[in-house]
Amino acid sequence: MTSISPPRGESFTLSKLINDTRYRSYTFQFIALVLLIALFAYLGSNLAQNLRDAGLNISYGFLSEPAGYDINQRLIEYDSQSTHLRASIVGVLNTLLVAFLGCILATVIGVVVGVLRLSQNWLIRKLMSVYVEIFRNVPVLIWILIIMAVFTAVLPQPRDFRGDDAEASMLWDAFAFTGRGFYFPKPVFETGSTIVVLTFLASIIGIFVYRSYARKQLFQKGRLLPVFWPSVGLFFVPAVLMFFIAGRPISMEYPSLQGFNFQGGIYARNSFISLWFALSIYTAAFIAENVRAGILAVSKGQTEAAASLGLRPNRIMNLVILPQALRIIIPPLISQYLNLTKNSSLAIAVGYMDITGTLGGITLNQTGRAIETVLLLMLFYLAISLAISAVMNVYNNAVKLKER
Amino acid sequence: MSKSDIAFVRREMLPEKAPPATAAGPIKWVRDNLFPGPINTVMTLLAIYFIYQIVSGAMPWFLNGVWTTSSLAECREVLQGATGGCFSVLTERWNQLLFGFQYPSEQYWRPTLAFVLLFVAVAPVLFVALPRKLLIFTGLYPFIAFWLIWGGTLLVPLVALIGLIVGYVVFLRFETKGFATAALTGVVAVVLVWWLGGFVSAAASETLALTPVPSRDMGGFMLNMILGTVCVSLSLPFGILLALGRQSDMPIIKWICVIFIEFIRGVPLITLLFVANVVLAYFLPPGSNFDLILRVIIMITMFASAYIAEVIRGGLAALPRGQYEAADSLGLDYAQSMRLIILPQALKISIPGIVNVSVGLFKDTTLVSVISMFDLVGMIRGPILAATEWNGVYWELWGFAVVLFFVVCYGISQYSQWLERQLQRDHR
Repeated sequence: MTSISPPRGESFTLSKLINDTRYRSYTFQFIALVLLIALFAYLGSNLAQNLRDAGLNISYGFLSEPAGYDINQRLIEYDSQSTHLRASIVGVLNTLLVAFLGCILATVIGVVVGVLRLSQNWLIRKLMSVYVEIFRNVPVLIWILIIMAVFTAVLPQPRDFRGDDAEASMLWDAFAFTGRGFYFPKPVFETGSTIVVLTFLASIIGIFVYRSYARKQLFQKGRLLPVFWPSVGLFFVPAVLMFFIAGRPISMEYPSLQGFNFQGGIYARNSFISLWFALSIYTAAFIAENVRAGILAVSKGQTEAAASLGLRPNRIMNLVILPQALRIIIPPLISQYLNLTKNSSLAIAVGYMDITGTLGGITLNQTGRAIETVLLLMLFYLAISLAISAVMNVYNNAVKLKER
Repeated sequence: MSKSDIAFVRREMLPEKAPPATAAGPIKWVRDNLFPGPINTVMTLLAIYFIYQIVSGAMPWFLNGVWTTSSLAECREVLQGATGGCFSVLTERWNQLLFGFQYPSEQYWRPTLAFVLLFVAVAPVLFVALPRKLLIFTGLYPFIAFWLIWGGTLLVPLVALIGLIVGYVVFLRFETKGFATAALTGVVAVVLVWWLGGFVSAAASETLALTPVPSRDMGGFMLNMILGTVCVSLSLPFGILLALGRQSDMPIIKWICVIFIEFIRGVPLITLLFVANVVLAYFLPPGSNFDLILRVIIMITMFASAYIAEVIRGGLAALPRGQYEAADSLGLDYAQSMRLIILPQALKISIPGIVNVSVGLFKDTTLVSVISMFDLVGMIRGPILAATEWNGVYWELWGFAVVLFFVVCYGISQYSQWLERQLQRDHR
């Protein structure tokens, strides 16, 4: 906006505050600020008055008091004598667990479905679009509850596994899918297992180093090194070798039926499994659309240009199509991850003890400290959102087309 | 080469032959689209098997369905162990699923009528080809629907309507003095009329009165529809204001909008519903008693406005800079240039996004069941599945909920795709 210097000798009048564009924005901002402060003052005085009437105060002391309730699904030590703070941390970890696993499963399903939606197979294409439309157009809460009901009602109960001619049987004697939850084998780390784990981690780093080396060779010397099979080999061979050299220090603890229930192994509760599964297949429907849009957005000319250069189909995909498609796919993908994390707060509907279930559920009800708990809850989710958008910004800057 | 060497010369064209059966028609289609290679053949066979499994499981369940009994036990008796759905729960409890369990049953015609009128009201907004006069009804609809659903005297919505009309007339009267002055006077006039009208409607509370139904009696799918429509329509103007505020040159206004939008978008809706349920009461004047449904509407509207603001901001940013400059060079002030040049184009670009947000919001209205309101999901989880007669009828009830939501949401998204094709102005 060009500013014109005021004609000399013109005096300032009050009406200029609203009619003169030079001053008007200050007037508006001042009014907005005053209104905002007035609003907050009004809400604050109401709050103070209400708290005084109810004989309450704002205090976070309850966090260090014993919680007095039990949490059945937990990643760290916790019992009913632990504090509310520890209960909240258990909840936070549970939220992060289901969100993390959900993102992985949703990405896998979403990418497969998104690619299959572009398949030349008519039946598969239609089947996938039916899946996407059904899941996108029905609330996730309904899916969570349906899958919970299906798991509870349809899968066999642990007692069905008993007897010689049992109605249900375990998969490879290692996995049991029951109406109460899933049982998996649990790895037991004995002495000497550290070196196997370290070898495994080192070989994963080795894969990345090798890949970047191969890339450098390709770009600088034009030498194309094989990448896929060496990566697979690096992934398995050193760890397996070390496993046998160290005398098989890692063993599996299998779940086994004892009395009316399974003992041993890892027990994933029904609520966790159904929440994880429902969030994954719901979000996967959205991710599939993003993937499809991303692949379609790379123009056909790119494929044809690459083909006319003599590239083979999988090289065309790896070197030409995917790098361009990923630039389009990843930002919405990350915001789907964010949505999944926020939707994981629906855990409260199936009784999975995430942060909404512990801090926003039982702690709130027991202590009655609504303002404090809800505020903490919001801050937690806000922190996750901001962290994820920070990651997204870094990524966007990294892949931004370098323009002159 | 002499003529006699040639044994036969064809003088007329042969009629065209049909292509071989494998190169045209359904066989070619099946070959190309179902069995183009070994992998695809396997996938097709797997898909056929999968579809067969679903159909063979669902068909007897659906066809043998029992529609007339009054409890699950009777259903099982009728079925005698055969597969079959117990759809009697739908025929017996349809009213609860649709209207909640407290809405007086002799008044069901009122929300039903409001629902039918909703289509009439929305039609001119959705389809430009319809006569523009219908928009008058759209303007009147909120007041009619309020009166129909909540009941009470007609004077309350009438006073609200008159207040808005008076405000608009005052606004037009003062428009020449500048947008801000006119808007401010208009608001004062509206508040004045409402305040005066409040006495009138309180005094004559029996005029043209329907049986009043309190908010806490709303439930079932009706509650989802109410929350969805009210919050989407309220969040549009707020969303536009927030988007404009975020684009503004004034730093204070810009930062207020940015913080509001980012805060709301960063937290899950369920925490905002907790706020509506247990926290909001602390911030209201002592002794005031807000409806839970009203508090929920406030919070969901805030939630939706933030998302819609971001969509509209995308539309504003997508407009070429020249449009803003052209508006400035015509000498239009900010309000005029926004109203006449920028917003019509920006809103058109953002329609698909707005529809997406609306569908998402409508789906999210089911979350109110978590704070123990009895919407469709709340009704199924609470009173119906807990009742001894219907304990265990999962598939039928959830299938019903899925169908209801799918029909509405799929319909809206199909409309948005149709509209996108209609609005396409480039490379036809």
